[in-house]
Amino acid sequence: MSVELEELAAHITAKRPDCVLGHDIAFGELNMTVALSSLVNLVDFLKTDKNSLFSSLVDITAVDYPERDVRFEVVYHFLSMYQNHRIRLKVAVREDDIMPSLNEIHPSAGWFEREVFDMFGILFSGHPDLRRILTDYGFRGYPLRKDFPTTGYTEVRYDEAQKRVVYEPVNLVQEYRQFDFMSPWEGAEYILPGDDKAEAEAKA
Amino acid sequence: MDGKFDDAMTGEQKIRNFNINFGPQHPAAHGVLRLVLELDGEIVDRCDPHIGLLHRGTEKLMESRTYLQNLPYFDRLDYVAPMNQEHAWCLAIEKLTGTEVPRRASLIRVLYSEIGRVLNHLLNVTTQAMDVGALTPPLWGFEEREKLMVFYERACGARLHAAYFRPGGVHQDLPPELIDDIDTWADEFPAALDDIDGLLTENRIFKQRNVDICVVSQQEALDWGFSGVMVRGSGMAWDLRRAQPYECYDEFDFQVPVGKNGDCYDRYLCRMQEMRESVKIIKQACEKLRNEPGEVLSRGKITPPSRGDMKTSMEALIHHFKLYTEGFHVPAGEIYTAVEAPKGEFGVYLVADGSNKPYRVKIRAPGFLHLQAIDHVSKGHMLADVAAIIGTMDIVFGEVDR
Repeated sequence: MSVELEELAAHITAKRPDCVLGHDIAFGELNMTVALSSLVNLVDFLKTDKNSLFSSLVDITAVDYPERDVRFEVVYHFLSMYQNHRIRLKVAVREDDIMPSLNEIHPSAGWFEREVFDMFGILFSGHPDLRRILTDYGFRGYPLRKDFPTTGYTEVRYDEAQKRVVYEPVNLVQEYRQFDFMSPWEGAEYILPGDDKAEAEAKA
Repeated sequence: MDGKFDDAMTGEQKIRNFNINFGPQHPAAHGVLRLVLELDGEIVDRCDPHIGLLHRGTEKLMESRTYLQNLPYFDRLDYVAPMNQEHAWCLAIEKLTGTEVPRRASLIRVLYSEIGRVLNHLLNVTTQAMDVGALTPPLWGFEEREKLMVFYERACGARLHAAYFRPGGVHQDLPPELIDDIDTWADEFPAALDDIDGLLTENRIFKQRNVDICVVSQQEALDWGFSGVMVRGSGMAWDLRRAQPYECYDEFDFQVPVGKNGDCYDRYLCRMQEMRESVKIIKQACEKLRNEPGEVLSRGKITPPSRGDMKTSMEALIHHFKLYTEGFHVPAGEIYTAVEAPKGEFGVYLVADGSNKPYRVKIRAPGFLHLQAIDHVSKGHMLADVAAIIGTMDIVFGEVDR
């Protein structure tokens, strides 16, 4: 399996050397890093090239890495039903970058891109209908970003007095608990009360 | 009518398209689908699905829970065939951790995946028939589903939300009587299937409502990213169980039925035939399970120790405690695993960062792509056909909205 993937990777890299930034094979899957500007070109090539024939788009999603300079990674999965292989393309995207839409090449990209926009706030140029898809009408914020709280900001309830559904800021009876299971031997940093003062003094 | 005729365009006769809201509360919407339909007379001009009414933020929730705690969320995606979803999640974890699944667990998984497929197809075929006007099929089909749910219950204690497949195997072994009962059921089921077949296949009304409705060409199926019965109905023999075998599907003898015309009727026939093939696999799996006793969980860090060990060994007790509080750690890496769920390719894209919680999970639901194409395929059809199309796409909102 991995020999064939290696050959495929070599083939794509040879044909489109300017598009592919790098590739690796892990767990029997081919990953390719692609530059933002050459994505459409490469996807078009992958769809038409006789050796690749990645005829259907399986998935588009994004991953948020807040600590990185280039914050998001948009991940594309393609499948070739003819050659029976898969590929994963990864594009690093800044928060203010605008992605090119794949809608022209794969019509199925439409909803996936809407979902990525909805969940991460990444914009796609050339998308015919970039609306929110899964969240509520009038929703604000991008839920799958790491800095969005799991509880959200608003909650909905039916108000008996007003006889309608009302939106309110989230009011939790008990604080939302995130347990930390890191063992002290594995490098969790516990800051004891007073420790932060010592550090500040050392600096001054 | 002779004489002057110049009032053909009076104000009353100006025709405009009619917008109609279909759902979210409509029996043919198969859940909470809201369609904004633009109708030209009774012909659909535009169809804009509004989804997300059942969005529960599964992917966000999963990021703050351990791998094992996340497993039950998969039952709640496509709640018509719960175990098939768990399967994808378990396979993803097993691939990243390099866990070998014991042979018997693998067989049980195949057995229950196929039961899930029959569960799903029974619901889909019969309720789609109800959407186009037949009342009896769902009543007969649900009787069989009830029997299958009892098998779910006897294996794991829950009729629907099973949480039975675990990373490293399955939760518990099946009692021998259960295997016998499933086998007996598999002998009797084809007769029940023939009954439904007799009600529908040559039924004049059923054919009028399904033949040549929602014709999907091969190119369209590829462009819109269809999978499962939606591509097989269009004549492509694409089945992940065959093309990219997972678990031990490669040793089972079954056929992949394909359609010819790619219309609703062909997809109905495919589903009926697939149920028959599933019964074949169930029979074979029962036979193998009788002859091959053994472990159902690989013993290691990601699975609990046996009950007996836990009661006698201190180490095992610590392991048990740590597993169910902290959970197990999955080495960093990313993986996409897909299974042939009854509705199509159900995939899980898992990004692990080496901790006890997934860094990011993306659930790739087949229904999401099928529903996306509804604007494309329903254009030019009658309003009543939209119900038939929603039915044939096999949409369940648990997985579309996640």
